[in-house]
Amino acid sequence: MSRLVRMDASGHTTVAEWTLDDAPAVEAAVLAFRAELENGYFALVSEGEGHAEQVRELPIDASLVILRRPIAGG
Amino acid sequence: MEAAIESPGGSLPELTRVHWRPRASEQLLRETGRLWTASTVAHTVPFLVAAVVLTALLPILAPVSLVLLVHAWAIPELYASRGAKVLRPRRGELGPAERVAAGLLGDLVDHGPRELVARTGVALERGRLGVWLLGEAGALLVRPGARRVNCYCVKVLDGSLPPSDRIAHLLLALRTDEAGFATVANLSFSGARWRVRRRLAPSARAALDAAADIARLGPRSTPQDRDVCTEGQCATGPGSRSFSP
Repeated sequence: MSRLVRMDASGHTTVAEWTLDDAPAVEAAVLAFRAELENGYFALVSEGEGHAEQVRELPIDASLVILRRPIAGG
Repeated sequence: MEAAIESPGGSLPELTRVHWRPRASEQLLRETGRLWTASTVAHTVPFLVAAVVLTALLPILAPVSLVLLVHAWAIPELYASRGAKVLRPRRGELGPAERVAAGLLGDLVDHGPRELVARTGVALERGRLGVWLLGEAGALLVRPGARRVNCYCVKVLDGSLPPSDRIAHLLLALRTDEAGFATVANLSFSGARWRVRRRLAPSARAALDAAADIARLGPRSTPQDRDVCTEGQCATGPGSRSFSP
């Protein structure tokens, strides 16, 4: 089961869940993913220490895709 | 000329907001460090010289010289104090949202750094530029060799997030593009580690010591030498150590 997770005020929220063989769930996840990007979130797939990949299309084979807000110098 | 730090995960999108800044690199950080040292000397030496000259010429002015010496001591301390604020400790009660966020942050880091987060509230990440400590309000970079630290003010632009989510935001941005992260963040101090260390809370001080132990081994080179540890723990050779609480 893959998950699209958004970091928010609740800690985090699971926006979508899907499996590769469940086409409607994948389609819903892709739509949810695009909606979050339009709301200003950035999407990443973390691959352990020292590496995360920024993604602009939902990688449906990833187990966890995380949505984050922009950062800035304080 | 050294090669730029690569970012296989892509450039940070936030870089467009600071397009005028040169991209951080090993060479740029070294030059910045030298500038900070020169600046500290320029702030301190005139007061020291004036104190010595005044006392030599007119011993009755010794109290004035004392004031000048206090200035020479205080100015670098104020800069270090500003730098140490990037790792200020968590405040207040940790609610349900923080517990959920802490779980996600724990999933993102390896076993050793996970224990360090739980113990100190600071996440440790080894990078090409040095060893990073990430707090809610900023990041501290322990440069290779562990003598110099750079303190960066950087935070997520959402005040409603629980503390661990704030740290997770910084961690993910750092992993995406380390040089970009160092470019976006505002440098608030660069100088001796000991100056910052004594201004930190005890928990952050423990995290800094752990980072310094790793920074002495040099920058991250391969994915194989990720596991690291604090002093006195399970050393089986450089790059094969693990943390303990």
